[in-house]
This record gives sequence, C-alpha cells and structure tokens, in this order.
Amino acid sequence: MPIITSSKTQPEYDVAIVGSGAGGGQMAFTLTLGGLKCVMLEAGRNYDPVTETPMFQTKAQGPLQASRTEDKPFGFYDATVDGGWQVPNEPYTQASDKPEEQFGWWRARMLGGRTNHWGRISLRNGPYDFKPKSRDGLGFDWPISYEDVADYYTKVEMLIGVYGTNTGRENTPSSPDGVLLPPPKGRASELVTQKYAKKVGVPVVPIHRAVLTKPLDCQNIPAKLHPGNAWAQKIVGDSMLQRAACFWATECGRGCSIRANYQSTTVHLPPALATGNLDIVPNAHVREITLGPDGKANGVLYIDKTTGQEARIKAKAVVLAASSGETVRILLNSKSNAFPDGLANRSGLVGKYLMDTIGTGVSGQVPLLENVPPHNEDGAGGSHFYAPWWLYGEQKAGRMDFPRGYHIEMGGSRGMPGGSNPLPDDLGRGAYGRKFKEEARRYYGSFVGYSCRGEMIPNEDCFCDLDPTVKDKWGIPVLRFHWKWADHELKQVQHAQRTFVSMIEAMGGTVRSRLESDPLKYIENGGKIIHEVGGALMGETAEKSVCNQWNQTWDVKNLFLCDGTPFPSNADKNPTLTIMALAWRAGDHILEQARQGNL
Amino acid sequence: MTTAAALSAGAAVDLPSVSYGQVKAGAAKPYGTDPDLQKVYRPGDLWSLTFDARQIKTAGALADVILPADDLGPAASTLGVVDMLDEWVSAPYDTQQKDRPVILDGLVWIDAESRKRFQKDFADLPESGKTAICDAICDPAKAVKEFRTAARFFSKFRALCAGAYYATPDGWKALGYVGNVALASFDGPPPEVLAQLGVEQTVV
Ligand SMILES: Cc1cc2nc3c(=O)[nH]c(=O)nc-3n(C[C@H](O)[C@H](O)[C@H](O)COP(=O)(O)OP(=O)(O)OC[C@H]3O[C@@H](n4cnc5c(N)ncnc54)[C@H](O)[C@@H]3O)c2cc1C
Ligand code: SF4
Repeated sequence: MPIITSSKTQPEYDVAIVGSGAGGGQMAFTLTLGGLKCVMLEAGRNYDPVTETPMFQTKAQGPLQASRTEDKPFGFYDATVDGGWQVPNEPYTQASDKPEEQFGWWRARMLGGRTNHWGRISLRNGPYDFKPKSRDGLGFDWPISYEDVADYYTKVEMLIGVYGTNTGRENTPSSPDGVLLPPPKGRASELVTQKYAKKVGVPVVPIHRAVLTKPLDCQNIPAKLHPGNAWAQKIVGDSMLQRAACFWATECGRGCSIRANYQSTTVHLPPALATGNLDIVPNAHVREITLGPDGKANGVLYIDKTTGQEARIKAKAVVLAASSGETVRILLNSKSNAFPDGLANRSGLVGKYLMDTIGTGVSGQVPLLENVPPHNEDGAGGSHFYAPWWLYGEQKAGRMDFPRGYHIEMGGSRGMPGGSNPLPDDLGRGAYGRKFKEEARRYYGSFVGYSCRGEMIPNEDCFCDLDPTVKDKWGIPVLRFHWKWADHELKQVQHAQRTFVSMIEAMGGTVRSRLESDPLKYIENGGKIIHEVGGALMGETAEKSVCNQWNQTWDVKNLFLCDGTPFPSNADKNPTLTIMALAWRAGDHILEQARQGNL
Repeated sequence: MTTAAALSAGAAVDLPSVSYGQVKAGAAKPYGTDPDLQKVYRPGDLWSLTFDARQIKTAGALADVILPADDLGPAASTLGVVDMLDEWVSAPYDTQQKDRPVILDGLVWIDAESRKRFQKDFADLPESGKTAICDAICDPAKAVKEFRTAARFFSKFRALCAGAYYATPDGWKALGYVGNVALASFDGPPPEVLAQLGVEQTVV
C-alpha cells in the first residue's frame, strides 16, 4: 500500500489516522507493524525530505539571503511547507484584541507535519510532571504516572534515536543504559555558559535531541521493539539501515536528507508503508468524524483538496492526531443529534485548558567570546546543552513565588552567517571599510541568548472554541482562541529574566535585550513557543475529562486522540517525546482491543 | 522553537516581534508558502528588479566603501551585493517594502550631497571624497541634525550590504565561519580555543 489519491482508497480500513506528524506517525508505525490495515489522511501535500531538503544551500543562494518573510516566517530554508503563523485558506481568530491576549498558532501542511522542522529537543517528563496537582494543589494530575510511560519513552528513544546523557538530576529521568546515543561535544559558547552559570547556581548539562550521533544499532534494537515478531523486526531493521549518522553540518530545521534526525517522514512512515498495511492520502483535509447508529465512529468526512470535493473513508476506529488545535476543531465541527456540542464533548471540556510553554528570552554579548580563532561549530544542527529546572527543592519548601519550573535553552554558536548584520550599530560605532570587517570578525560568535521554557498552569481563560461566523475556504468553521496569562506565569518570567541577566553578567557580558519591567511586555504570546497542548484532557472520570488514560474518548469508545490534546498539564519538557510515547501506548491498547475482537 | 534557531536567524540583534499577518498584495509576486528550496535563486528570478544604471553605480561605490577589497576578502560589488540589495528593495514583503524608500531616497541623497560638495557623483569621487561624505553619516548615534536622515540610510544600507556580503562563501571567510562541510566527527573547539576561553571540554 502506498501514498495514494482519494479515488484509490479501500472500502474500509481497521483504523483511520488523521494527521501524519509525531502523533499520527507513531500511531501508524505501531498499528501497521501490529498488523492492522490503516489509512492516514493528511491535509498537506506529500513531502519527501530525501529529495527536497536544501542541505548545503548557502543563504546567498536563496531569495533575500534566505531571511524570514511573511511566506516563510522562520526563513526561506525552514522545512515548513504551506505553514507558519498563518496557513493559506485556513484562518483562525482571536477573542480579544489586547496584544497580550493573542494566541499564535503555528501549523504546517505537509506529510510529517511539524516534525520536519521541529527543534528535535526530546525530554522525558519526570514523575512530578504526571502528578503536579498532588505536589502543589494546582491544575490536574494525569491518570497515569511516570512508571506507566517509562517503557514507552525508552521504546521511542530507541526507535527515533536520541542523544544525551543521564544526569541523575531531580525529576529529569534517566534512560536505561545504552539507550541514549553519545552527546555531542560542547561548543565554545556552551562551555563558557556552563562554567559561569554554575557560579550563579544554574546547572548546564548535555541536552537530549533526536539526532543520530552514531548509526542506530539495527542488529539489536528491532528485537527489543518487537519481541517475537521477526516480520516487524526485519522491516524496522531495514528502515534503520536507511538512516545515516549526522555528518555535523546543516541546520536540522531545514530537515535532513540523510535521515539522521527524527522526522515522521524519515523514521515513522517508511517502515509503516513497508508493512503494506498503510495507505496515505495527502491533500485530504478532514472535516468531521462520522458516527454510526451504534454511537461509534465509523469513519471520516474530508475535503479532497485536489478537487475540492467531499469524500468519505470508512474505518472501525479513528485516531485524531491533527495537532492539538486542529483535533479540537474537528471534534467541535463533528456535530450530530447524539453530540450537539461536538463529538466526545458531553463533558463540555473539548477546547478547554489549552496550554503552551511559557517563553521569554534575554540576549547578551560576551567579550570573552570575541576574537575566537575560526573553528567549525555547526555540530548537530541544534543545541548541545541546556539547563534543566534546578529549584524543585526551593519550590517544595515554599521559598519561590511561582509554582512550576522552567528549563533554559541556549544559543550562540558560530552559525552560518548571512541575511542579518553581524555588527550592530551600537557596537560598530560608525565603523565602515576595513574597520567594519575587523569588528564584525571580532564580535562573530560572541553573542549569546537564553530562553525560558516553562510550565504554565492550565486555566479557565485559555481555551479555543468555534468562531461563530468565520469559516475557511471549504466553509468549515474555524477556531477562535482565548488567552490570558495568570500571575504564576508572569512571576516565572520575572525569575527567568533575572536569572539570564545574572548568567550573562557572570560571564562578564553585557545584556543586549531591552529589559522591560512589565512581565506582560516580555512574556511571549501564547502559542509562540509552539508547544500547544491540551483541549481534550485525560482524566479519571467522564465528567471531568474527555479521554481516559489510553487517549480514548470516554463518549466514543473507538475514537483516540493522539497528539497533545489529552495533556492535563504541560511540563517544561518539550512535549513531542511524550506525544509519541503516549501514542505508542495507545496504539498497543488498540492492538490489544483488536485482538480481543473489540474493534 | 529553539533558541539556536532563533539566534541563527538574527544573531546579533533581538528578533523582530512576530507578526501573524499575511502577505500584502502588491506589484511583485511573493514566492508563496511552498517555494522550491533546491533551486539556486538569482536576484531577478522571482520579481523584477528596480535599480537603473545610475543606482547600480552609486550603490556599488558605496557598498565598496563599506566592504572594500582587503586581506579579509573581496569588495562587496564583486560578490553580487548590489544585485542582492536590488532584489531586497524590490521584494513584495513588509520589511523590504519599508526599507525600499530608505535606500532609494538615500542613493539620491548621496549623489546630491556629492555634487553639492565636490561637483561629481559619489561613484566618481576619489577615496578621500567618499570618506568625507561617509564620515558625516556613518554613526547614527553621532550624526548632527541635518545628517540624521542620511545616517539612518547609511545604517540601513550598511546592514543590508553586510547581510548580503556575509551570506556568500567569501563573506564566511571574512567573518571566520568555516562550517557547512560534512565531517566524520565533531570534536568541539580545538585546544587553543579552549585555552583562550579558559574552559575545558566537559563532554568526553
Ligand atoms: C520550529 C519548531 C520547533 C519545535 N521544537 C520542538 C522541540 O525541540 N521539541 C519538541 O518537543 N517540540 C518542538 N516543537 C513542537 C512539535 O513540532 C510538535 O509538538 C509536534 O510536531 C506535534 O505533533 P502532532 O502530531 O501533534 O502535530 P503536527 O506535527 O503538527 O502534525 C499534525 C498534522 O496533521 C495535519 N492536519 C491538520 N489538520 C488536519 C485535518 N483537518 N485533516 C487532515 N490532516 C490535518 C497537519 O497538516 C499536520 O501534518 C517545535 C515546533 C516548531 C514549529
Ligand atoms: S545537523 Fe545532522 S541531523 Fe541535523 S540536518 Fe544536519 S546532518 Fe541531519
């Protein structure tokens, strides 16, 4: 079975999967290797990183030195297709016009979704992160604990390949021995940060990212992932053989033609297709889930974007993994007599408790890093180090004025130049001619930046619903976002700002960001960190949640939500590894149900 | 998103705040949300250019004053910087549309100023004349009142020239960027760099 057009679909499938990103990709992998016949509907076009990635293109070879534009908001070479803060023909709206109450919704419309260009930072949630309410009384506990997910984290890490070290730090789980790939060496700015951050109490350690720093062990891993299933092992092993190790050049955000980093399109979908159990229909924009007389989902209704016509797919079970916002939208748009307020929404909670990661950043300039002899720092195409949250104890002891933590991401390498001025006017002080070139060279590599990636508490003011009037190109109602930061978040960014200033000063550097005093002015807008999760939280009861612990909706037994929607909290850890671990776990549950004849 | 990604796009400066807006309709056609990323683009491939012969000459002369040929690298005009500037001011996007009048008016101003002071176009001046004009406008923080607009132009022009110059492999060399080549291993900063920074490699 292959990538097909709408007219070639089968009369019925075991499972229809909506979306081909992290959640959909993992689900397709788990289910097809488990023997189920699946169809994947993807709103974006087909996309092949092996032939389409601009690996070594210089910025001079792109328009406007590849700098960001409204069409390509993260730069010309960013892998995103038909996406960004706006997607052609698919608007969304804001409930408020206050600047601090805006929500930015980043989407991509391509096979593999946002996994083609994500940052590849892959952190496990820790034990506290599944039971946050039990610790501080705020938000919601998950109906599962770290132990329920640990083995799935390990399986995902073995499959996609994650570099890093076990640091043994609090609430920062270790992977079993031999699972993580070797961490890359620290870069100049990272090592300097590490040394001086220590003086202000901030621990800087190797980060975990989904990049192969050596080839995957295709002899042994497949047997660990699929014990007793020689057929699945062969397929997964063959697929791993197709992946090269990172060659220490080119930004991962462009995608990776040698498949050295994780993209759904290079890691999940090739083996899933190789099973012969998967059809993929690109350009298929799902409008709603259809419901049978028995109250179960029986398929999906979608727009074939190549013709503009509506089409249907029948399936015994449906998985939604269209990204958190879009999954909510599909549910709310799937109205019926049984579900007048949207499918699986008897609790009234679909769309509620939307979360993003709390973000703020401070940049600086560090004289110690000036005039460093040229050397290659491309490395693994993204960060090598970060600082995990280090003040759990202080929070527990009630000595902090905000409840949850943040980790620090950092940048500052001698990255590929072009498209921006390497010598700001205030440093160049009028330099031109040879002086300019000397000064630019002197300062190159001496700029650093630190970003807060923190945990917000789900609140009543952050949610999305259907806009009462606005519709997309196909007449489908669009989402309207409501957003308001609470005091917890504002206190956290104040702490982060102080921390970053002290780190930069400890290095003998100067802060370059303008430091605002009002945190509402420097906390990033909701959605801006592109970690949106929530909207259909999992919980213990049908009254107080939308899904159970298997990502399965309480109201419709054969409907599973396998993106970030079921998250009842959004730990500071970037969400994607957890999305995949939960999708694999839910997939195993679906396979078990199928074996019992319950599909 | 990651800090590394954000920084690489605007290394030295704070990032402009993101607008969630869409492309405005205009004369030139934007490249759209799904351009061919493999292709090598030359200025003029996507939208028609603006500069006439005189603007090319003036812009080239000024670009070469800012980024001259020396032991660090060739002169700006020989690396296609003027074409890239032209592409920039001709582009249909917000940032570029805002920069367009600053650059076009500035080029007119600098020739007028040159004729006023030396009875010649800027490009035809000897080095000393060019420097005399540039010295008055090269630092926006110090420019006297009558030169403030011109200083804003110079600052923008210099920034755009540098953005273009350092996007080329010759520019990389001038700056000290030595990446974009496949390596068998990543060894981190070499010993002399570690020594200069007073740090040790902590990943073994
Ligand atoms: C620049 C950037 C950096 C990031 N960095 C990190 C990071 O370092 N670490 C991390 O953990 N996370 C990161 N993220 C977030 C990460 O990309 C997402 O968490 C992850 O991709 C979510 O997976 P998903 O399957 O839910 O959604 P997506 O990957 O967005 O996939 C959803 C897919 O569904 C399709 N779809 C949507 N609507 C429909 C419809 N109606 N019908 C059919 N198909 C539909 C979409 O086209 C898309 O292909 C980053 C994101 C961005 C943009
Ligand atoms: S840095 Fe490595 S993993 Fe990232 S795109 Fe380049 S080769 Fe691929």
